[in-house]
Amino acid sequence: MNALLLRDMRLAMRAGGGLGLSLAFFLIVVVLVPFGVGPEMGLLSKIAPGILWVGALLACLLSLDRIFALDFEDGTLDLLATAPLPLEAVVSVKSLVHWITTGLPLVLAAPVLGVLLGLQSDAFYWIVLSLLLGTPALSVIGTFGAALTVGLKRGGLLLSLLVLPLYVPTLIFGAELARRGIAGMDVGTPMSLLLGITFASIALLPFASAAVLKINLR
Amino acid sequence: MSLWEYANPVKFLSFSGKIVPWFAAGAAFFIAVGLYWGYFLTPDDYKQGSTVKIIYLHVPAALIAINAWFMMLVASLIWLIRRHHVSALAAKAAAPIGIVMTLITLITGALWGQPMWGTWWAWDPRLTSFLILFLFYLGYVALWAAIDNPDTAADLTSVLCMVGSVFAVLSRYAVLFWNQGLHQGASLSLDKEKNVADVFYQPLLMSITGFVLLFVALVLIGTRTEIRIRRASALLARERG
Repeated sequence: MNALLLRDMRLAMRAGGGLGLSLAFFLIVVVLVPFGVGPEMGLLSKIAPGILWVGALLACLLSLDRIFALDFEDGTLDLLATAPLPLEAVVSVKSLVHWITTGLPLVLAAPVLGVLLGLQSDAFYWIVLSLLLGTPALSVIGTFGAALTVGLKRGGLLLSLLVLPLYVPTLIFGAELARRGIAGMDVGTPMSLLLGITFASIALLPFASAAVLKINLR
Repeated sequence: MSLWEYANPVKFLSFSGKIVPWFAAGAAFFIAVGLYWGYFLTPDDYKQGSTVKIIYLHVPAALIAINAWFMMLVASLIWLIRRHHVSALAAKAAAPIGIVMTLITLITGALWGQPMWGTWWAWDPRLTSFLILFLFYLGYVALWAAIDNPDTAADLTSVLCMVGSVFAVLSRYAVLFWNQGLHQGASLSLDKEKNVADVFYQPLLMSITGFVLLFVALVLIGTRTEIRIRRASALLARERG
């Protein structure tokens, strides 16, 4: 498992790994919103948690098809499937790598982009916290979508159509957590529900993803 | 005589061929009577005027839209557990019907909401849940359409249906939490007192019965078509090979 983790991390870090791509996309989404809704800082800071969440979600989506596509093309995935390591573990490692290379940078970049949207400094804490708790679920759910579409020639668009509805609960609770935290309201309910989704996805979805991969590799 | 005998496509075709006309005729009868009764023989509501009559399309369509997904879930489970092709094809046949019913619900709801709530659309929990259900249907149908190998497609869509069901239910409650609603509570329920007056209730029941029969008939026809397509492609493959 460690070897696989290191290999995937190395591949992602190297040139062409697309590490910076999601970050750049996130930046562009956040920059485009003020052009669309106008430069009024009051309005922007009000919708900032939502923009950051939707932006992070889209940036996450962008890199999903890389999770399995390259390994599928060169046959690595077949080797991994026949390796002694259970496929569920392989899938979990892949999700983890996706989170480290996509989710974590997004979390760290969010406060910087929050400045562009006129967020107050005490709001940063809630943005980072909600994204930190929510992005692992995005990676795990996305891995399931990537496993579903791995064998398809033009899977990209289909992948978004499949994955985005699955993202709805995470987005709702994540953005709600950030919004309530910033407004100074009680955050217990959205926080525990967001954590519930994240942990349940991490615990259960790898089995579904592995099952789907096995079908696709048949 | 067990239900599983109809998992045999030949038996299924001959049996469903016999019952489809009955279901179709029943659907036509009940929908015609229910709608005619509802539209022309019931009084206007004292508050909502004649707009109340959209209920005869809106409620049955919503009922079918949700239960079609549930039927797909059961059919997917049967396919995954017992590998009966008819079951997978029935799930495939039900999805487009679910899409249409969801659309009918959303459109009739918008038509009713405009005069009553003063808006075509509100981000109300029920409305939003239906929109999300619509997206789930779209994804399901798109996945079926994208995969060439029928068995792989059946497997993948079954798993998607199961995972999707969990997330659809989650979304339903997430949306409830996210925004308090404008939509009235459930009009019909089995265990509570009914809150629809009898004059509207009876034609509504007729209409619902008609829609259920229509759904069964359409699923059977769709499944029969899928089986025949499968058979035709097998014959073509044999001729070529």
